[in-house]
Amino acid sequence: MASADIDVEYVAKLARLALTPAEVERFGAQLGALLDHVKALEALPVADVAATAAVIPGEGVGRDDVERPSLDRETVLRGAPQRQGAYFRVPSILGEA
Amino acid sequence: MAGILDLSAREIAKAVHERSVSASEIAEAALARVRERDPHVGAYLSVTEELAREQARRVDERIAAGERPALAGVPTALKDNLCVTGTRTTCASKILENWIAPYDATAVRKLLDAGILPLGKTNLDEFAMGSSCENSALGVTRNPWDLGRVPGGSSGGSVASVASGTATFALGSDTGGSIREPAAFCGVVGFKPTYGRISRYGLIAFASSLDQIGPIANSVADAALVYETLAGFDPYDATTVEREVETVSGNLREDLRGVRVGIVKEFALDALDPAVREVYAQAYRDLERLGAELVEVELPTADYGVATYYLIAPAECSSNLARFDGMRYGLRVEKADVASTYEATRAAGFGDEVKRRILIGTHALSSGYYDAYYVKAQKARTAIADDFKRAFARCDLIASPAASTPAFTFNAKSDPVAMYLMDYYTIPVSLAGLPALSVPCGAVVPEDGTRPMPLGLQLAAPLFSERLLLGAAHAYERATQHALKLPRPQIAKAP
Repeated sequence: MASADIDVEYVAKLARLALTPAEVERFGAQLGALLDHVKALEALPVADVAATAAVIPGEGVGRDDVERPSLDRETVLRGAPQRQGAYFRVPSILGEA
Repeated sequence: MAGILDLSAREIAKAVHERSVSASEIAEAALARVRERDPHVGAYLSVTEELAREQARRVDERIAAGERPALAGVPTALKDNLCVTGTRTTCASKILENWIAPYDATAVRKLLDAGILPLGKTNLDEFAMGSSCENSALGVTRNPWDLGRVPGGSSGGSVASVASGTATFALGSDTGGSIREPAAFCGVVGFKPTYGRISRYGLIAFASSLDQIGPIANSVADAALVYETLAGFDPYDATTVEREVETVSGNLREDLRGVRVGIVKEFALDALDPAVREVYAQAYRDLERLGAELVEVELPTADYGVATYYLIAPAECSSNLARFDGMRYGLRVEKADVASTYEATRAAGFGDEVKRRILIGTHALSSGYYDAYYVKAQKARTAIADDFKRAFARCDLIASPAASTPAFTFNAKSDPVAMYLMDYYTIPVSLAGLPALSVPCGAVVPEDGTRPMPLGLQLAAPLFSERLLLGAAHAYERATQHALKLPRPQIAKAP
């Protein structure tokens, strides 16, 4: 059963996730049930409460702009699905290959 | 030789320091035990034999040179969302099934420097999303106490390795309960320190405002020893705090005199099965017997914890997991253009639970829903944290069940929301960033089972109160000895 609260196909497009029609159906029902559960939050009077993004108040952290060692290129490229020489090989994003 | 594997981490390190046994001898015995026992349990996704032997040789050299590393020769299991150079680091996901980590997580590096023997990488719910370990795409982990039951999750492999004696301790990660709930299910100690206490550099991110690494061990003392090794500021994780780490492991308290323990009114035990209720009621009486003053405290927003968490954690997950697009690492399913390649890669690489969370998180962050869902949840999070602050004005620790039931059977929770509610007691603590642990507190025979299954008592403390928390848990553990009183698991752990 599809939920009125979530358009699974639209959200899947935003999330770059290909779904089968069966998945759209199944996830729609399951996420609809979760959103029903989440609706409970509507009863919580928090209009004037500040939003918490991080529980331990921190400050922005910077570091000195100096060189330091990093992973070497060969090590990093070893994990690439496809490579070409010293580069990651990726699908073309412009009109021509 | 195998006898040494049943000692505590401190005792093993001491034996290595005294040179009554070498790290290399321990490594061989530990690997043999993994080969013998783990086929029944499935705690490990990969066993890192060469790495363990190589590290053992290094430890023996250091001992010969006069060094005394705190965890010398201690057999250790690492959750497979922690990067260890040269090991397959999968997050139990097809999308990272063959990915080899190119660097060490800070937590792993600190343990290696302290002399551990890394035996292998343990199973988890895919990307640490789940409460039973059933969401792993790469293997099944069984509860050593009853092989027909789940170990809990997401750190299911880590707790199962400790409970079955194939590791002296393990590292897990806890976002909403992923150390504490499985520790309760497998009768071991699971400890999640204060948010920001342990570097997450090299822990593959799930929900960054909640994720925390922590130890899983057979005793509070071992968990404290490992915690001391791990805690502290790391320039590679901006959320770690610059604050002195207290030494806790050497002098843990032995009673609870003068400690006020809060019992949460909203967590009334009436909701539990009668046998489970009696175990927790007895646990509270034991705390009192040890000198604690029990006080009733209120957490009126605790009931909103699961709803709040299932907006915040998926929102962060949808953002963190956007990096798995098939371009620079992991799986790629090649299609005609880049957008279809992204979509096909992620469709093939992620399992159902990960997809559900990415979808709900993307929805909660999307235009038109952001305020109603995500901001609302962030405000609820503040209210929950404030409730804890008020409660801790009246008490020093809060005691509650770690989970409402013992470990359940495989496929018992097909409804995702029912699974999410397994973390009812652990989630509010996580949202508030507090340190908490689960310590064994008894066992019950489940209605659908024949073997007694362990239960865990959750103790939670104010931010950075690890010393009090571990001390209280140690005092409780020492007085009750539940881990020792339980019958042996089906796959034996240390006596």
